[in-house]
Amino acid sequence: MRKVDRAEIALQVMSGLGRTEAALLQELEALGRMVAAAKEEIAAMRVENVDATHLPAATDELDEVVRSTADAANEILDACEALERLQPSLSGAAAETVGGCVTRIYEACAFQDITGQRIGKVVNALKQIEQRVRETTGRYTPSSTLPARTGPAHTEGERLASGPQPVAAASSQAEIDALLASFD
Amino acid sequence: MALDKSTSVLIVDDYKTMLRIIRNLLKQLDFNNVEEATDGQEALSKLRAGNFGLIISDWNMEPMTGLDLLKEVRADARLKSTPFIMITAESKTENVVAARAAGVSNYIVKPFNAETLREKIEKVMAHA
Repeated sequence: MRKVDRAEIALQVMSGLGRTEAALLQELEALGRMVAAAKEEIAAMRVENVDATHLPAATDELDEVVRSTADAANEILDACEALERLQPSLSGAAAETVGGCVTRIYEACAFQDITGQRIGKVVNALKQIEQRVRETTGRYTPSSTLPARTGPAHTEGERLASGPQPVAAASSQAEIDALLASFD
Repeated sequence: MALDKSTSVLIVDDYKTMLRIIRNLLKQLDFNNVEEATDGQEALSKLRAGNFGLIISDWNMEPMTGLDLLKEVRADARLKSTPFIMITAESKTENVVAARAAGVSNYIVKPFNAETLREKIEKVMAHA
């Protein structure tokens, strides 16, 4: 049997097509070339270093920041509680000063919660980027080690939970008090 | 009206450090009857099993948020009149409006100071 080459088959198919079908086939061929070129460009970007090394390392570092600040905050709170236990043995003015300072330290230690929430938002964003990179590079396979895409919010509480706002966009306590008073 | 310092208080927050801070600030205000929960579901179990006179809760927790806890509390015949203060970093107007619609007694935005906490507790307990 005579071996028919691809070009000859293509010629035969093209000659059997109408003008519209031929144009469509050419469009599809051009689209295929674009996809192949895009794949080559993505491969040239060497994104495997991003999703396999850089992003997991970045999220690990940020997790460590949260752990370290929590440890530090708890050390500070340990010290404050020791000072509070000393208060009854101090004179009136000294006890008052120590009490006031301890209260200010408690208030300041709330930073750990706020920064922890802010870092948590960044970690989630990085995990989403990591997921998209894996999918884009075509190496995505369902695996329990991959971070899940953020699921849909099921309740109003989940839908509205977005963590700390940028300082410029956040409402102050006075603004919130005024808003609540407007309902009375 | 004098505050009843023997009131049992439930504080709810998924950050252990914040639970500790709020507990210590409450202790300075002479509230020593304080229990803790780390999310809305645990809080709801404790509320249904116990007898609390004040709830102080964060918003952003899993698996049950503070707003969803508030709605459960207000829908419960025995718990519905318990004063509920939200202490949260959620400072957008729509959050405050949603909390108000759900029946929050007062709303404190993080970071907060001890004076704000005292003032809000006095206010909600006076209306309890």
